[in-house]
Amino acid sequence: MIGFWTRLSFAFRSFFAILSNAETPQDVASALINPVAEVTPGSGTAAPSAAPRSKTVDTPVAESVDRAVQMLGLLQRDGRLIDFLAEDVTPFPDAQLGAAVRSIHTSCRQLLEKYIELGPVIDSEEDQPVTVPAGFDPAAIKLVGNVTGEPPLRGVLRHRGWRVKKVTLPSLPQSATGRAIVAPAEVEIL
Amino acid sequence: MDSQFIIGIDLGTTNSAMARSRIEDAGDGNGIELVNIPQLVNPNEVAERTLLPSFLYIPLDLDFPKGSLQLPWDADPKLVIGELARKRGAESPLRLVASAKSWLSYAAVNRSAPILPWQAPEDVAKLSPVDASSQYLSYLRTVWDSSHPEQPLSAQDVLLTVPASFDEEARELTLRAAQQAGLHHVTLLEEPQAAFYAWLAAQGDAWRKQIKVGDLILVCDVGGGTTDFSLITVSEENGDLALKRVAVGDHILLGGDNMDLALARLLQQRLQDDGHRIDTHHLLGLWHQSRVAKEFLFEHPQKQKHDITLLGKGRKLVGGTIKTELMREDVDRVLLEGFFPNVQSDEVPLRQRRIGFQELGLPYAADPAVTKHLARFLSQQVQNSPEAANIRRGRNGLACPTHILFNGGVMKAAALRSRVVEVLNHWLAQEGFEALGAARVLDSRDLDHAVARGAAYYGQARRGQGVRIRSGAPRTYYVGIESAMPSVPGMEAPLKALCVVPFGMEEGTEAQVPSREFGLVVGEPAEFRFLSSTIRKQDHIGDVLENWGTEVEEISPLEVTLNVDGAQGAILPVRLESRVTEIGTLELWCVSRDSKQRWKLELNIRDQGE
Repeated sequence: MIGFWTRLSFAFRSFFAILSNAETPQDVASALINPVAEVTPGSGTAAPSAAPRSKTVDTPVAESVDRAVQMLGLLQRDGRLIDFLAEDVTPFPDAQLGAAVRSIHTSCRQLLEKYIELGPVIDSEEDQPVTVPAGFDPAAIKLVGNVTGEPPLRGVLRHRGWRVKKVTLPSLPQSATGRAIVAPAEVEIL
Repeated sequence: MDSQFIIGIDLGTTNSAMARSRIEDAGDGNGIELVNIPQLVNPNEVAERTLLPSFLYIPLDLDFPKGSLQLPWDADPKLVIGELARKRGAESPLRLVASAKSWLSYAAVNRSAPILPWQAPEDVAKLSPVDASSQYLSYLRTVWDSSHPEQPLSAQDVLLTVPASFDEEARELTLRAAQQAGLHHVTLLEEPQAAFYAWLAAQGDAWRKQIKVGDLILVCDVGGGTTDFSLITVSEENGDLALKRVAVGDHILLGGDNMDLALARLLQQRLQDDGHRIDTHHLLGLWHQSRVAKEFLFEHPQKQKHDITLLGKGRKLVGGTIKTELMREDVDRVLLEGFFPNVQSDEVPLRQRRIGFQELGLPYAADPAVTKHLARFLSQQVQNSPEAANIRRGRNGLACPTHILFNGGVMKAAALRSRVVEVLNHWLAQEGFEALGAARVLDSRDLDHAVARGAAYYGQARRGQGVRIRSGAPRTYYVGIESAMPSVPGMEAPLKALCVVPFGMEEGTEAQVPSREFGLVVGEPAEFRFLSSTIRKQDHIGDVLENWGTEVEEISPLEVTLNVDGAQGAILPVRLESRVTEIGTLELWCVSRDSKQRWKLELNIRDQGE
């Protein structure tokens, strides 16, 4: 059981690490677990009133776990990401791996664009000077190098960071077992 | 309740769309906007789209997790309609209803009987083609009503489009589907006309500068499932330009889906030659990726290929990955040369082979060459037309359009549009006319939604706020009369055909069928055989045909029962009257000698088919 969850957690973090090239994209991970926006099926104003959410007796912790599983489920459903991360890719030549990765990259990227709106933490050019204001949030801005003195501090932007601006995830499955499923097993009836 | 909206509905073979305009700010194409259609796109996920895929999936109880099909207006739908239906149906095709509209126009089956999904096992609760079409309309109605509770769709001015090639029976069935969906005030409109209206709406007043008296506009509509042609003439009336739809093509079941499948089959063959095993699952993937690759190559004319990757199944994802490429030359060969070949104007499409034991399925066009179908349309459809004088024709008699308007998803590809123009220009040159320059290809936009928008414009035009295309009966209609000849054992009495509705008979007019009376028994159902022709345009009302070869086809019979109090069993002489209604259908009436009593003939579609 632990192995399974460790793998899931590894898969989850790796994805964003690969995507953003950041060391530990904590803000992204936490935002996914605690969505910053109301999660509604679909969006838009002309829509008929949104489906009433099924009543659940889950605690917020259980919900955040469910949302993490759901995100994995979506990445698997559209992009086969979990299959990919679970597979031992060492025996395959780069060309074979590359063919698969392009396809996975395209679909995971589309999925991400669809459900999660991402933006930079600092919206300016990398490798250009920036000023870090007084009272900045260390979760949002990480200082590296010769850090001395009190902010405001001048420095060079090395990575713009990633911030979740909006999350629009579909509603969760009704059953508790359903919420633990990343991908259903497929059985073809012959 | 007065209607406040004009609603255009494009009930397509593969996609449906809906556009609206407020009656108060309607006029000359202003204020037409698309209606968003929320639908399940995945289990547990409702999203808005401007297109509703015309697919219906009949789920098993255990098909989807409980509650995952919930819609904003229905906690537990029994049927899945739209994008999710299409996706899921690709995995379980026996539970998927697709192309219901093509079934609606296929006379060899009983279209009111539950036959869809075609060849589904016994335990699937099947629907009739009428029911399936009704389900899509009903879905659109629910979508509309839940966002406009004060202005229900049933009280609005609804314009519903049908292929121009639909015969009276298919039109009647479409109306029935609408009625079944609770839409009782529906007007039908032909799709190529709707496409032309969409162009008018986009042009505003500028259209008068683009076309002039004597012009002939070809509408070439190639959608996901069907190909439909129409010709529109431009003439002068009271000092203003008048538009008239003068010819419609045959019903051709040929469209983008066939093209994508042809590419997928090519790739399948190539992969199999490389030693890969390609199963149904792979083929579905290839079908989808062929469409994506085709669109990519059409949008990027400088690219020579697009990668096709089939990821491995199960957990062997990278290990099982198969890769190939769709090359530009593949697309050129399969689509341009296969579906849009450069043919001569006298080439005719291969005829469907009729084999006695042929499995009954949709009568897909036997010849995939759209350009050959176009050649036949331009040469054959115009023959003998009462409008022949107004149709520009070349030295070999081919109808020679001065403009072309494209419609349908397939024609989004510039390469295919220019191929059609190239082929047409080749014919024009042979007929002694100048080639059509770029300005003669009318600028159509947003081909996915043009028909719905155009239908909404037509709603405005009917209210006097826009230009109308005059269009009469798209076919000639006849009733059958048994010859008064001694019958020969084992042979049917030869049938004669009495023309009751001439081609082009105008909307909103009625006519008496001259000098012929029928003696009908009061109180007993009488049946008239009913026939139509897309080719014989020269027949006048009252003409009687004896030998018509393959030019006339029989459709469902008409039925009438004369009810006269106290005259049960008597024989009453009646004559026939025909009407072309404002809502785009035909009516035939039996009228008593003193004209005081009238009985309407009804198409008997129920008992037909197997």
